[in-house]
Amino acid sequence: MDKKQLKKSGGEPLVRIAKREGVPFWKAWGVRVIAVILALIVCAIFIYLVTKLNPIQVYKVMLEGSFKSKYKVLCTLRDTALLLGIGVALAPAFKMRFWNIGAEGQVLMGGLATAAVMVYCNELPAWLLFVVMLAAALCAGAIWGLIPAIFKSKWDTNETLITLMMNYVAINIVLCVTNLWRGEKSSMGTINMHTKAGWFPEIFGYRFILNIIIIFVLAIAMFIYLKRSKHGFEISVVGESANTAKYAGINVKKVIIRTMLISGAICGICGFITVAGRDQTISTATAGGYGFTAIIVAWLAKFNSFYMALISFLLIFLENGAAQIASAYSSLNDYAASIITGIILFFILGSEFFVNYRFVFRTKAAKEVKG
Amino acid sequence: MMTLVAWINRAVWFGTVIMFASLGEIITEKSGNLNLGVPGIMFIGGFAGFAGAYYYENAVANPNVALIVLIALLCAFVAAGLGGLIYSFLTITLRANQNVTGLALTIFGAGIANFFGVRVLNGGTSVKATFANKVFTAKIPFLSKLGTVGDMLFSYGFMVYAVIILAVVIHCVLYKTRTGLNLRAVGENPATADAAGVNVTKYKYVATCLGAGLTGLGGVYYVLDYGYGTWSTANSIEALGWLAVALVIFATWKPLNIIWGSYLFGVLYWLYNYLPTILGITIPPYATQLIQMVPYIVTIVVLVFVSFRKKRENQPPASLGLAYFREER
Amino acid sequence: MRVIATQYAVELRNITKTFGSVVANNNVSLNVRSGEILSLLGENGSGKTTLMNMLAGIYFPDSGQIIIKGTEVTIRDPHDALALGIGMIHQHFKLVDVFTAAENVALGLEGKEAFNIKEISKKVRAICERYGFDIDPAQKVYDMSVSQKQTLEIVKVLYRGADILILDEPTAVLTPQETEKLFAVIRNMKADGKSVIIITHKLHEVLEVSDRVTILCKGEYIATVETGEATELSLTEMMVGAKVTLDIGRTEPVNPVKRLAVKKLSCRNHEGVKVLDDINFDVYSGEILGIAGISGCGQKELLEAIAGLQPTLSGSSVEYYPPGEEDKPCQLLGKSAREIHERGISLAFVPEDRLGMGLVGSMGMTGNMMLKSYTEGHSFFLRSKEPRELAEQIKDELGVVTPGLNTPVRRLSGGNVQKVLVGREISSNPAVLMTAYAVRGLDINTSYTIYHLLNEQKEKGVAVIYVGEDLDVLLELCDRILVLCGGKLNGIVDARSTTKEEIGLLMTNLKAGDSNNG
Repeated sequence: MDKKQLKKSGGEPLVRIAKREGVPFWKAWGVRVIAVILALIVCAIFIYLVTKLNPIQVYKVMLEGSFKSKYKVLCTLRDTALLLGIGVALAPAFKMRFWNIGAEGQVLMGGLATAAVMVYCNELPAWLLFVVMLAAALCAGAIWGLIPAIFKSKWDTNETLITLMMNYVAINIVLCVTNLWRGEKSSMGTINMHTKAGWFPEIFGYRFILNIIIIFVLAIAMFIYLKRSKHGFEISVVGESANTAKYAGINVKKVIIRTMLISGAICGICGFITVAGRDQTISTATAGGYGFTAIIVAWLAKFNSFYMALISFLLIFLENGAAQIASAYSSLNDYAASIITGIILFFILGSEFFVNYRFVFRTKAAKEVKG
Repeated sequence: MMTLVAWINRAVWFGTVIMFASLGEIITEKSGNLNLGVPGIMFIGGFAGFAGAYYYENAVANPNVALIVLIALLCAFVAAGLGGLIYSFLTITLRANQNVTGLALTIFGAGIANFFGVRVLNGGTSVKATFANKVFTAKIPFLSKLGTVGDMLFSYGFMVYAVIILAVVIHCVLYKTRTGLNLRAVGENPATADAAGVNVTKYKYVATCLGAGLTGLGGVYYVLDYGYGTWSTANSIEALGWLAVALVIFATWKPLNIIWGSYLFGVLYWLYNYLPTILGITIPPYATQLIQMVPYIVTIVVLVFVSFRKKRENQPPASLGLAYFREER
Repeated sequence: MRVIATQYAVELRNITKTFGSVVANNNVSLNVRSGEILSLLGENGSGKTTLMNMLAGIYFPDSGQIIIKGTEVTIRDPHDALALGIGMIHQHFKLVDVFTAAENVALGLEGKEAFNIKEISKKVRAICERYGFDIDPAQKVYDMSVSQKQTLEIVKVLYRGADILILDEPTAVLTPQETEKLFAVIRNMKADGKSVIIITHKLHEVLEVSDRVTILCKGEYIATVETGEATELSLTEMMVGAKVTLDIGRTEPVNPVKRLAVKKLSCRNHEGVKVLDDINFDVYSGEILGIAGISGCGQKELLEAIAGLQPTLSGSSVEYYPPGEEDKPCQLLGKSAREIHERGISLAFVPEDRLGMGLVGSMGMTGNMMLKSYTEGHSFFLRSKEPRELAEQIKDELGVVTPGLNTPVRRLSGGNVQKVLVGREISSNPAVLMTAYAVRGLDINTSYTIYHLLNEQKEKGVAVIYVGEDLDVLLELCDRILVLCGGKLNGIVDARSTTKEEIGLLMTNLKAGDSNNG
């Protein structure tokens, strides 16, 4: 008899909360969709109360932010890809219950390593240059992921706090190095402006198309890695229960370190493609806060690549839409995006409760408890 | 000497901002909630306090000193507390993940403050609450004129002294009262606290909202004193918010350590600006950032050291970051 | 509240409590006078703790009356219980590690007077002096030994003015010396006019300390007797109940060969208490070796040590004699579970904690089939065909009811979870199969399925180790029964000729020579 699960029944309040398992797929997603709709209604009320604008009209304009032109659609995809890429990087760590809050820093370090290769090795033949850039980015990101993993596996140091702090170390390193590179100039400017060494080739007229392709491949690879590979299996077991991992003979420390190397390395790739494919320069805005937003993406999507793509798209869509309404209405501004994003995130986060728990009414309580 | 005094002044102003925020976060974390929404809450508090003061001083011909202080602090405290309430509702009642909720709150808080901030700016790049700034920076009469000592110790606004008293008060409440004992038990072992008859949910809610309120006071101090009473779109509240989270770790969750820790962080943060002058050297501009990195590195070292030594008094509250669900005990 | 004339401090009348279809207490009555020590005796799962939890406000009875000092009362939560002067010391301590003793006592106390830890420390010290406790109010809990923690729990209850104390298996974690000290304290309380109820299954302790004994068996009230009139034998008979014939069916072992030799096996738990002490025995192929004992007497550690999951003290040895190569024994200790598996030693283990250790709750049957064998093969990827086929096969052969092979096993019922686990372990064609409480919480039909599976394995020549709690099952299923008592081996008996009473005595009573002056 599992007495821990049981509760006194007679003197119970009318309603109590119990965990629930096995909510059907459609029901769980139904709850989430309802949450997003409710959030949009709340946002609409907010917009109306503050600006007296017709919220429906505002939402229509928001749509234009992502879909008005081919370029806008591609930009939406580009940004979605970056957010998704970082989410993909975080997924294995989170699945292992390792709170890697340090994606922002890992991306920056990857980007910085890429930029450094572009600055110092721009004489190399193009293909070799790309290989060296990628390798440098992978290593830089992996090192930034490895450090907290070592402390975690050795002394059980709180990884949430360490990875958080390492973001700011990375930001300061980037500031320092860019400062060094720009010298007397006021900004970094574009790297290899004339030679275009280390710039991604244009596909359909845009360099960042390659970004989308790379992330697309990565996302699918991660999906397969987590679902089908032996490593992915180990990650699942370690995330589920340390005892089961021990029973199965899994070396938990090894898995933590290996997974964080991968997590950091993929963040490094995200930095690499952002520098080589989008910005052709490096600054603290390279990661642009996506390292934090991706945490929410990975968590809400339960580490599934396809859901991550969906949520990334939703968030980028909101961001672009807000920029659009800010330019269309003088009473709104860019920051409306953060508010709407925040409200939607609150609602989705809150909705998980209704997926994972249920209400038990007292009349039913006697039947619900089991021996 | 002038430079040294200026440096100390800067460090104290800076320290006061993060001290408020860290004290708030300590109370929150002592209840077992790891609120990563500190930067967002500081934004909310800072803006609400500024807006309250700004509108008040522009609405009346002769603004009242006590009233403007009250308005600024109250607006900041209540608005930030509401931010804490959102966090509490989601993490305590709906058991949402604390890290993710905190990060969402940071996005939301920065958004809401800047959204309304832009409307206050009305097209400009910055606006100033002149009177409020004067009130918040008013030095102690007489004592501040005692030469160097006066400059170093007595030439600050009232918030600088208030926060030190606050830290001592929080220390006493945490370690010398029944409420503090119960609160610490909630963060360490909620099941035990629950069995002993402590209302875990109530303690978590009150601690988190109160903590958020204090964090908000850090925000308002940032705007009205540290930031010369001006609101602008470009500001460094966010960076200071994360430093406040770091400071809580650095101080190993002890309010009295926060006092010197915050000034130390201030000294380190502003070192690049003053030390070269004092030493009569010039450092290249890129070294600035390396020096500003030091507080974070020190925090990491402290964190690793603490986990390595495993001294029980220095550990984070044992249930930090975990939701409490009675039926799982 | 109704006033009822009674000579007792506590009276429980006709208490019934059911959890779903399981009847934990059926029409149980019990009473205690002031200044009296009552033992509540029964096997594991006889409903002792459930009954006391109703007195302490953890559970609420379905029916029956609780009368405290002549007043019928309703106890809804621990708060109510404390207000009535009832304090329970649970098996799992509820203490905050980083607090001092005094702070733990102060936790949750209400009061109008100013909070003064010195005042509380003084009162704590006074209580300690009165009862001869050895507790420093300023000492941190994490620095305390298990017995000190228990003492602190008692102080907590006394501080709140409880005069009805319930102790749930208080001696389980104590050394004999500490037990003696505890009994002295309990006698002091009795002299103070307090009522004490001790939940226990150690007979000599019952006889040593209590005034009367109430015996429960399988949720039913059996009897209440004066300790002076009871003997170990009479108590054992009442505790184990009459023998029930189960008709499990048992064959004679065929060609038993030594498969495992356990020598001088000792280990400590993470609190430093010796949980296994110098265990020596052999396991033969083609037999079922039963392990009996009160829960927590080292069964878990014994199996985990053999499986490579539990560090052992030096000098311990577990030798494995491979089938067909019995002349080449191989040392198991010092190897991890993975190494044992990779050496081709076929050791199957059905742990007690099915979802927390033996299976991954969030994975489906297919995923769980791979838990121990996923590393096989050189591919980077998992094999998908074999596990799926195995899952399919187990589902069909054992009749596992599941919506799909990928439905998380956490969602299956207890019986189906166990079928998945046992099915997987058997499918590896083990030479040794260890099971811990393999039928706990299962219905009759599933239990018989498991018995038959074990018998099949035995007939195939597997050495089966069966840790169980139901003596009737042990007697009918096993060939030999090894009895553990307090981490020591207290005897190995032939299951065909022994009696329930003999095992009951071995379980509760260390044989002369090792007993409580050890």
